[in-house]
Amino acid sequence: MLHIINKSPFETNTLDTCLRMAQPGHALLLIEDGVYAATKGSAAEERVREACTTLKVYALQPDMDARGVTGKVIDGVTLVDYGGFVDLAEQHDTSHSWL
Amino acid sequence: MSEQQPSPAGGPKVKKFMIVNRKAPYGTIYALESLEVVLIAATFDQDVSLVFIDDGVYELVKGQQTKGIGVKNFSPSYRALEDYDVEKLYVDRASMDQRGLTESDLLVPVAVLDAQQMGQLMAQQDVILSF
Repeated sequence: MLHIINKSPFETNTLDTCLRMAQPGHALLLIEDGVYAATKGSAAEERVREACTTLKVYALQPDMDARGVTGKVIDGVTLVDYGGFVDLAEQHDTSHSWL
Repeated sequence: MSEQQPSPAGGPKVKKFMIVNRKAPYGTIYALESLEVVLIAATFDQDVSLVFIDDGVYELVKGQQTKGIGVKNFSPSYRALEDYDVEKLYVDRASMDQRGLTESDLLVPVAVLDAQQMGQLMAQQDVILSF
């Protein structure tokens, strides 16, 4: 299944709850303010690196570009464009846009 | 995705809906809106599960008295859900523990799941709506 997170890890605990529940092999896509979790040097970096060992982790590049953080993307996180977002939604039977 | 069940009496296809509740009841409108969606889905004979995670567990706390804040107390609606054949209520154990709550604090019988069980249940759904 595909988990989608659009909130900064500093604003809500959504990322933590999602990571507690996501099962090995699930995909996680970070969009909007969620992309801050995918940046090096943030307090969320270790959690995201850990997530990358069991989940496939993606971040939406246009949202990273807009926020000026594309250069800081954590190794192991795959950048996707809007087409890639659509592909992910199509490839997974279940998706959960965490609120 | 689970196999879809046959449609009831030529009606729409039955899908597995999970309604995820992660907000406390009166600070925002999410909890009430979630209930509306649950009742709509149940009206269409869909297979509905409700899960309560993080502050969402506060929605189920017994003894809510809203007279003083001038807002409708919608918590009795959770007890009426079984009349709509909505009987799958799941609560995240860690969220309950963090808030000092136990099942005896809740106004309806629920199944208490750990994070792994919750994640597995999520992956079995056709549609997940988050509130």
